[in-house]
Amino acid sequence: MKARVTVTLKSGVLDPQGKAIEGALKSLGVDGIASVRQGKVFDVELPGADRGRAEAALKEAAERLLANTVIEDFRVEIVS
Amino acid sequence: MKSAVLVFPGINRERDMARALRLCAGSDAEMVWHSDTALPAGTDLVVLPGGFSYGDYLRCGAIAGRAPVMDAVRAFAAKGGLVLGVCNGFQILCEAGLLPGVLMRNAGLKFICKDAYIRVERADTPFTRGYTAGQVIRVPVAHGEGNYMADSETIARLEGEGRIVFRYTAPDGALSPEWNMNGSIYAIAGILNERGNVLGMMPHPENHVEELMGCTDGRGLFAGLGQHFAAAL
Repeated sequence: MKARVTVTLKSGVLDPQGKAIEGALKSLGVDGIASVRQGKVFDVELPGADRGRAEAALKEAAERLLANTVIEDFRVEIVS
Repeated sequence: MKSAVLVFPGINRERDMARALRLCAGSDAEMVWHSDTALPAGTDLVVLPGGFSYGDYLRCGAIAGRAPVMDAVRAFAAKGGLVLGVCNGFQILCEAGLLPGVLMRNAGLKFICKDAYIRVERADTPFTRGYTAGQVIRVPVAHGEGNYMADSETIARLEGEGRIVFRYTAPDGALSPEWNMNGSIYAIAGILNERGNVLGMMPHPENHVEELMGCTDGRGLFAGLGQHFAAAL
């Protein structure tokens, strides 16, 4: 089973890297972008086919390591 | 005073730390490897030095904060043992849950390597008894992620309970955004845990302990720790 965990900064948390990327896009002349927030994506492979079990494992992985829940939110999705 | 300096892959300040402990507190530190599951018997002080543990992968201090030795450190701290984390060590303590909050990318996005002026907010802790409250000391910083942040409730508690021990200030001790170089909330340079036995700080006191370093303002921290244990004997 393949899954994806996406970690993003909570709203309200200052994201200086996102701001810098936003500025670089402006200076490149890429139009129509209002704002950018940077995050992380983890592509994870899991053995077995039990979806519930996979989701529980991914949630634990995200809570205990992949995300720092002081400043980050995460989203878990089973891809295939 | 028996000190243990933790060594994680990618840490690079452990020898500076051991040297400062010996010079200022007469303590010969024992190096403890990250995969060890116990601290040396009779350890009084655990020090997490600076560097780039695990290449700062994932988040600064994230992998080291979950290393096997950290269970022993948590147990040691729960019994009241003194723990000092400097720079990456501070980041590791936050990631390990021994201190609240997180150290984010510097507000200006640049790695900052220069001397900082920090105000010692209180001198009634084992870590700061070598100073006087309100004293400003000059201590080097070298970090890319030192921008302290926590939720507003935690910040209010840190402030209300006097757990902000060091703040970035001007050389005369005045607070100003210009001298709060990494953008930390409330100019936080160092904090204590609730019980007062775990201290994390971004500046490197171990790098200002000898005349040849150009400044000895860091000595008070180690000398004070030595006095703390000497007084307890």
